[in-house]
Amino acid sequence: MDGIVGFLSMGGYWPFVWPAYGAAALGLGGLLALSIRWLRANEAALARLERERPRRSVARSGPAP
Amino acid sequence: MLHRFANPARFLRIARWVVPWSASLGLVSGAAGLYLGLAGSPADYQQGDTVRIMYVHVPAAWMALAAYATMALASAVALIWKHPLADLIAKSTAPIGATFTAIALITGALWGQPTWGTWWVWDARLTSVLILLFLYVGYLALWNAFDDPTRAARAAAVLALVGVVNLPIIKFSVDWWNTLHQPASVLKIGGPTIHPAMLTPLLLMALAFLCYFITLLLLRVRGELAARKLRALQAARAEG
Repeated sequence: MDGIVGFLSMGGYWPFVWPAYGAAALGLGGLLALSIRWLRANEAALARLERERPRRSVARSGPAP
Repeated sequence: MLHRFANPARFLRIARWVVPWSASLGLVSGAAGLYLGLAGSPADYQQGDTVRIMYVHVPAAWMALAAYATMALASAVALIWKHPLADLIAKSTAPIGATFTAIALITGALWGQPTWGTWWVWDARLTSVLILLFLYVGYLALWNAFDDPTRAARAAAVLALVGVVNLPIIKFSVDWWNTLHQPASVLKIGGPTIHPAMLTPLLLMALAFLCYFITLLLLRVRGELAARKLRALQAARAEG
């Protein structure tokens, strides 16, 4: 127990050490999450448009002879 | 050589192969670096446990510079050779570089208060890194300031190239001017002057940050390629 408390207290410098790691985790994790969400949204929208495209061209060109 | 990677389909194939490897290597080196940095390395004899901030501050600062160099190089390739992926690589690099720079500034302030007695000083190192953050923000703002993506890419690329002058200023600011910031102790002539017990977690964390950069850059370029194709399809649909 003392070991964990000692580790967390960081020699009394916990108000500086842990926020530094927190800021890094928040920045890197946040950007990663936003980027993955943006990538998925773009790829889903693209897939939707590409699914619609062949149907439109078939409809326009009419039935095959 | 450059034009071998100009084909988006080939680039996507390579990216899909690289991403799992870079992400895995980043996770392993990051876990090892965090363990050694937080628990397995000694406290500094003068700075105490505040030295552990170094294991996120220094890799973030290194990657902030490396990301800018990548962005400038990609911008030069886009301007000179009109490489179809280079401007997307440069654009994708900017938010990652800005995040690294912001982390370096925030963790630097958190390290500065207990060691220097101040969160911030307007000295050459800190100010030039703040300018680096402004360059990233300005670069992204330029991309959003034009309706025409070609003009936006050109204007942003010119800013990226002008900003390159800031990189040697950041690197050598601690040698050229009086500053509270310590001089280089790893990337210096004559080799590192830092003890291996601290150098090992630092290099592991630097590897983790590098892998994060590669992984996220490839994911963001994939997103940019999808967005570009999406815009083209929407434009074709609107015309037809």
